[in-house]
Amino acid sequence: MTQTVQSIAPVNGEKTDRDITGQEYLAFTLGKEEYGIDILKVQEIRGYETVTRIANAPDFIKGVVNLRGIIVPIVDMRIKFHLGEPTYDQFTVVIILNVAGRVVGMVVDSVSDVTTLSPEQIKPAPEMGTALNTDYLIGLGTIDQRMLILVDIDKLMSSAEMGLIDKIAA
Amino acid sequence: MTIDMSQFFQVFFDETEELLAEMEKLLLAIDVSAPDEEDLNAIFRAAHSIKGGAGTFGLTDLTDVTHVLESLLDKIRKGEMALLPEHVDAFLVAKDVLKMQLDGHRLHTPVDQEAIVDARMLLESLSKGGVPKALPAASLDVAPRKETQAHVAAGSGARQFRIELPQIADRDVDALMAELGLLGQISKEMLPDNRAVFTLSCNGGADDIIAICSFILDPNDLKITEEAAQCQTTDADEKAAQEAAQGYGFFDNFQTHEQMVADKAAKEAAQGYGFFDNFETHEMKEAKAGASQPATPAQEVPQAQNPGTPAAVEKKPAARREVDKGAHNSETTSIRVGIEKVDQLINLVGELVITQAMIEQRTNTLDPMIHERLLNSVSQLTRNTRDLQEAVMSIRMIPMDYVFSRFPRMVRDLAGKLGKRIEFVTHGAATELDKGLIERIVDPLTHLVRNSIDHGIEMPDVRREAGKNETGRLSLSAGHQGGNIVIEVTDDGGGLNREKILAKAKSQGLPVTDSMPDADVWQLIFAPGFSTAEVVTDVSGRGVGMDVVKRNITAMGGAVDIRSAKGFGTTISISLPLTLAILDGMSIKVGSEIYILPLGYVVESLQPDPADVKEIAGQGRVVKVRGEYLPLIPLYKMFDIEPRFTDPSQGIVVILESEGKKAALFIDDLVGQQQVVVKNLESNYRKVAGISGATILGDGGVSLIIDVAALLRSSRQLAADESIFS
Repeated sequence: MTQTVQSIAPVNGEKTDRDITGQEYLAFTLGKEEYGIDILKVQEIRGYETVTRIANAPDFIKGVVNLRGIIVPIVDMRIKFHLGEPTYDQFTVVIILNVAGRVVGMVVDSVSDVTTLSPEQIKPAPEMGTALNTDYLIGLGTIDQRMLILVDIDKLMSSAEMGLIDKIAA
Repeated sequence: MTIDMSQFFQVFFDETEELLAEMEKLLLAIDVSAPDEEDLNAIFRAAHSIKGGAGTFGLTDLTDVTHVLESLLDKIRKGEMALLPEHVDAFLVAKDVLKMQLDGHRLHTPVDQEAIVDARMLLESLSKGGVPKALPAASLDVAPRKETQAHVAAGSGARQFRIELPQIADRDVDALMAELGLLGQISKEMLPDNRAVFTLSCNGGADDIIAICSFILDPNDLKITEEAAQCQTTDADEKAAQEAAQGYGFFDNFQTHEQMVADKAAKEAAQGYGFFDNFETHEMKEAKAGASQPATPAQEVPQAQNPGTPAAVEKKPAARREVDKGAHNSETTSIRVGIEKVDQLINLVGELVITQAMIEQRTNTLDPMIHERLLNSVSQLTRNTRDLQEAVMSIRMIPMDYVFSRFPRMVRDLAGKLGKRIEFVTHGAATELDKGLIERIVDPLTHLVRNSIDHGIEMPDVRREAGKNETGRLSLSAGHQGGNIVIEVTDDGGGLNREKILAKAKSQGLPVTDSMPDADVWQLIFAPGFSTAEVVTDVSGRGVGMDVVKRNITAMGGAVDIRSAKGFGTTISISLPLTLAILDGMSIKVGSEIYILPLGYVVESLQPDPADVKEIAGQGRVVKVRGEYLPLIPLYKMFDIEPRFTDPSQGIVVILESEGKKAALFIDDLVGQQQVVVKNLESNYRKVAGISGATILGDGGVSLIIDVAALLRSSRQLAADESIFS
């Protein structure tokens, strides 16, 4: 039933919901909601380890960790978007992302699977209804009974809202 | 001294090669009709840097060519002359010549002196406005230029042969000359006994020549010698440079004489008119041949008059092999590796060390009797890892001595040239600096030192009149200061002249006012093309140096600061961030968090007496240390940490000093002192107030490095704000 329409996927440049053909998404959960991000942005998935707190940083920035010699900031999406209880145990998962030339860790409740979504399966996101501003959404992906909220993680992580990147001085 | 110089030569060669490549790239990309000013500046800077470097090493032949090149570039850059395609051609020729000279010094390949003279002549004639004059005769002008390029092409990597012919018909001689001309550059001379002698410079070997000649005459009647003149001259140059360093210098005279002859010829040619060019080239060849004659080994003369000795022909391949071998050796003494690769290596080793520490920790609980062999292996792993780490770290770290030790020679030479007396001292030569920074600091420092010698330190008589020691003092110092590495060039010369700088800035249309603070005025000298020197000398005064200095240092993320007092001297201090450096840190603990304080800021640490801690209404607390009241900065408040102690008399205060201000930082505990590798926090995150970077601790955790200067500033700010609001 899944028709994979293989066309030449855009190698770079802005991705809009129309450009994506049979892209793979990593599905993860935050509270009860299920999200999906472009698998190509994911560098690795790790367990949660002790972070070094950064003074005077917003509470959703848990701190920094040492990832093989690189200092990587860790963001807890559950705190940022008020989804679920921010608990840290051996099941807590950190998705290490490679976005906008930076490495960022993102704490989520769990990671479920990697799914391929064809453009027909992606519906435009409604104007409201999720914790995330629709600007950062690619759309809603449907697989059988599941619904994935597809996040444009590049845009989200480099947004001023996240405060991960210094505002470029004019 | 001559032995020590070799490593610096290598660096200079590498740098110059890069600069030349860069210059060529820019030249090729330049739009002649509308040249980008920035590109012209960049080309000029490259030429200037090569000249500077060559000057440092006493490679006068390189300096000579670059000086002419630079003069012409300067005129174009300043808009005194429009850029013409001829200029670009000439610059490319000059670049090739420089490359050839460079290779001559480095690999001892033959140097075509003729091409050098031609290139200089070309540049000089263009520089003297030869182009407008040549405009009517443009078509004539093109031919010799092409020829010049041909010279260079033939010259680079060429060998020069002297071919003595037996007595044959003139017609055959001409035919042979035309034929051999296809191999490379050829010229003809007649011997007194009416035999012809060809001088051929080509890439081929003697075999090729014999093959061609055998069509016309018996090869056995032929006498071919490979002229060692070029090689010899290069050797002589180097020897002269070395000898000069040892204080003899008669080779220098010889060299100068040879060059003077060539110079004279070049000047004569330059004053001539376009259509005489061809003719003059011949004249010059003779001049050159005459000049290089003394360099030809004496033993060759009797051989040359003894036609038909195959031994002479056999000698050449052997000599060639030796040259090749030499070239091969000098190429493999160092490899230039991308910094990223080294960084990656360092990071990987860092990971390894942490993993090794983990293994060691886990095996510590094992029974040494049962697991003896495992424990032995682990301890061996520990040793190996440590060695590996040390070796890898040492790739990057180089003592400042590496840079400093190239200056005494330059200072001496320049001082001698300018008739000044200078005492040169260095401090902190053992300060280790990252290789990446070391390499990039060399150029700016060279410029600063030259500037100090040329403009800073006065002539002995001026100094005497000013009541100063006749011998000026120039000092170079390096040290970790706070979170930075500070390199200072200090002279006790006349200091900067505020009025002159302001006047010059006004004439250049820079926005200045007479009431500007000194510090801002001094910064003006970093503007491109800004020079207050009355005379443009070989040493400095073109106003390019400071521009480069500022640019290079800013590119490294550093800052340049000038302190100057009229009549007392100038200190230019370069402060580099420690992003790449290793830092001596003191680890401290507040609550459960560990921070690193750069040791450079730490004056002392103590546990204050409760009576010494005083409350000041609305201004926080002060602590009395040795009769001094210092503001108390509670780190737990600054960083919002749950502390173990809130009473300073229970914890520890660390007295910090930055920018001449002292403060007491209140913390829970001191953990230890260690060297840490500074990691940039901004590469994946953003700048955090009060934090200058991060480091990885032995257990793999991250610890933040406190930006003491910012902390002290912000605490003052905090106190001020509080007083406003309370």
